Amino acid sequence: MILSINNTTHEVDVDSATSLLWVIREQVGLTGTKFGCGIGQCGACTVQLDGVAIRSCLTPVQSAEGKEITTIEGIAPNETELHVIQQAWIEEQIPQCGYCQSGQIVAVHALLTNNAAPTDDEIDEAMIGNVCRCGTYPRVRKGIKRAAAEMMTASNTKNENDGEMD
Amino acid sequence: MGKWTRRAFITTGVLTGGALVLGVAIRPGNRAGKVKDMIAGEGDTVLNIWLKINADNTITVIVPHAEMGQGAHTTLPMMLADEMDADWKTVTMLEAPGNKEYANYALAKGFIMGGKEVPSILIGTVDGLFLTATKQMSLQVTGGSASVRCTGMHAMRVAGAAARAVLLEAAAEQWEVDPEDLVVKESYISHPESNRTGPFASFVEKAADLSQPAKPKLKSSEEFTIMGTSPPRFDIPAKVNGTATFGMDVVLPNMKYATIQASPVFGARVQPIDQEAIKGMPGVHKIVNLNGAVAVIADGYWQAKQALNALTIEYEKTDNDAVAQNDIYDRYLKDMDAAIADGKEEEDVKKGDVKNAFANANNVIEAEYRVPYLAHATMEPMNCTALVNSEGCELWVGSQNPLGFANSVAEVLDMDTENVIVHNQYLGGGFGRRAMPDVAVQAALIAKEVDYPVKLIWSREEDIRQDHYREANISRFKAALNDTGQITAWNNQFVFKHDPPEAPHIPYGVDHQYIHYAESTTHVPWGYWRSVDSSMHGFFTESFMDELAFNANKDPYEFRREHLANSPRFLKVLDMAAEKANWGESLPANWGRGISIHQSFGTIVAQVAEIEIIGDTVKVHRVVCAADPGFAFHPNGFTAQMESGIVYGLTAALYGEITIENGGVVQSNFHDYQLLRMNESPTIETYIINSNEWPGGAGEPSTPGIAPAVTNAIFNATGVRIRELPVKNHNLNAKPTLIG
Repeated sequence: MILSINNTTHEVDVDSATSLLWVIREQVGLTGTKFGCGIGQCGACTVQLDGVAIRSCLTPVQSAEGKEITTIEGIAPNETELHVIQQAWIEEQIPQCGYCQSGQIVAVHALLTNNAAPTDDEIDEAMIGNVCRCGTYPRVRKGIKRAAAEMMTASNTKNENDGEMD
Repeated sequence: MGKWTRRAFITTGVLTGGALVLGVAIRPGNRAGKVKDMIAGEGDTVLNIWLKINADNTITVIVPHAEMGQGAHTTLPMMLADEMDADWKTVTMLEAPGNKEYANYALAKGFIMGGKEVPSILIGTVDGLFLTATKQMSLQVTGGSASVRCTGMHAMRVAGAAARAVLLEAAAEQWEVDPEDLVVKESYISHPESNRTGPFASFVEKAADLSQPAKPKLKSSEEFTIMGTSPPRFDIPAKVNGTATFGMDVVLPNMKYATIQASPVFGARVQPIDQEAIKGMPGVHKIVNLNGAVAVIADGYWQAKQALNALTIEYEKTDNDAVAQNDIYDRYLKDMDAAIADGKEEEDVKKGDVKNAFANANNVIEAEYRVPYLAHATMEPMNCTALVNSEGCELWVGSQNPLGFANSVAEVLDMDTENVIVHNQYLGGGFGRRAMPDVAVQAALIAKEVDYPVKLIWSREEDIRQDHYREANISRFKAALNDTGQITAWNNQFVFKHDPPEAPHIPYGVDHQYIHYAESTTHVPWGYWRSVDSSMHGFFTESFMDELAFNANKDPYEFRREHLANSPRFLKVLDMAAEKANWGESLPANWGRGISIHQSFGTIVAQVAEIEIIGDTVKVHRVVCAADPGFAFHPNGFTAQMESGIVYGLTAALYGEITIENGGVVQSNFHDYQLLRMNESPTIETYIINSNEWPGGAGEPSTPGIAPAVTNAIFNATGVRIRELPVKNHNLNAKPTLIG
């Protein structure tokens, strides 16, 4: 079976019913995606399938075939730079134990890609599936707002520059 | 975080590759360092914290505590670096290996010097630790909110100050000047008069040869330059890009995976299982029957879990097969009554003449409270990777108690503890759960059966059903109020007592007190759960105080104030919380405010919760938290711990409940052991008071006070008094259950 993860192709030899989570972790060796509950209740295993945040623990690997899978390792633009969301996570000093944060960041990335300025209610709705036992929720909310503002500024600057060039 | 190779530390000498490794020891025959007699005290035990000054003038601080999100890997090096006047930008850290050389004697010393009782979490698996100072000690525990207040205060700061002193002395000798004329700043020593400056590293060789004892003087808080600031935590960057290695993420050559199911009834034995049961399952290698549990080894977790699910496992009968939750409560009540009837109460606090005070009282109020069992539910399910061969055993695991793990594993494998090596990893949540070595023992026993490393991963179901639980408990109160609404007598009885010893004690001025408990028995395993006994007693005592305020017809905040007249430190914290929360200002209909104050692990925390009743549920909008930890060494980290403890305690208050049926746990995963989510999380405001008293903990003290702040707010909004947690089991629109 061929999987495309973070724009890299991987050939894996597994039963087609195997959970995508364990294929990503054990066969492909990307351990940033975490196992939390196995029943889609905690969001530690969140990855994106074609940009949509899903629970990889409940997803059979066969349903990811032919789609682009994005994990926490694929969020940064390149090896030396962090994504604005990751940078905001450092600025706001969000992670404590850190175990749920891969899933949180991947979920936030999907949220902000589709909604550049989410309201508090929209943040709640998008993040309700990601549990944090260390209780970083108030900081995650701040981090989302900081990242959204910075992405907005970057995009406005780009638009202005583009405008000047016209 | 740097990595230790297997023997790296042991072979590190005083001077290797131009680096000074400074050991701080305070026992005769100081074995590694050049600094002696740093802390007076005969028969003192070893204080064994290390720092390394590298040839490039950078400094490595070695921390004997695990990082589980509480920031110990950053705050402890800050304490050392500040005393040393080091350049923080060039300071890095290494976690000490799980080795006896790193046993955390400073923890022991912290409690001995503080004149306090030792929290039993520090005792690990070693017996009688503190009874004889001469006994070999084996502490390297992360828990009891002890990192900063013990290791930090007794070891890190002293080590930093000692290093500074010995380097100053070396510089003075090298330049032939008076050490009094030297200035230390950001890892450089200078002699302004002669205009000379040199990095710490240039004095290392001389410092290593010094035989003079150093007498380090610690800074006063006004002199701090790093302590009390909030530099970014060292562990965070790796936690935003998936590179932080938790126990779950360890990968070894030829490693296979196992998962396990223990008997649903604690302690029941498993009937023999035939290896034939897994015949024909691809990628499945072996069944290991541990008697109390069955494990399957396979190429991957998924295959192991499918195979385990397919097995028919039968258990031997036990005496506990029919035990239900109510049987446990009934037994508690029976034992509590019997203790009183037989005069066998375990006395905790006895003050004044309670009997006489009640006899003369005309307003006596009684109430009984209950709390259920609670699981820890760390985000990272229990796991441990083990390799066992003729040389010994290696473990890769996130542990709050690496030496305890090594001891327990050595015992079951019948080998010397020296031959068990623990490679500690990041902890995906601890909360006390990762002080228990059960998963490491299982992993070692499974790995013993094969010649490759095995990573044992528990399912979430196993994690919820095979925890070591915060106990269910019952607390009964009786108090007398006089005509002016003063509490004249306080009688409180509950079951069991662990840590912290002051958990059921009240800060209030009550002349006649009798606080006592009964012993009882249960087959449900007990474990340290964030804030331990305070997680219950905060709810018990602060709920009852609220009931007394209501009966005295007084405002709950004012009522507490009146009883704290002789406790200025408490009063200041309470006032801060009330003021910041706009106590007394009116709220919309169906809204309520509740207040609480509780001291645990040396830190006083007051909280005001602001809630709204929506339908028959409660929405917690805002929590104001005021805390006096003595001194917050990393204020942002301290604030994060207050927030974290509040969300953890709020989760338990609203939803947390483990129930026993047929001898085992009913709940199994997050659908029936519900956790607080983003949309339910209140805004939390934290206000810190640095009273400069001896530092208290950060990781636990905010957990106890949130439940009573919320249930008191529910009473304020509805008149419904919640005497049994969790809140979810109550109809908040029910007819008020007022007492008195």
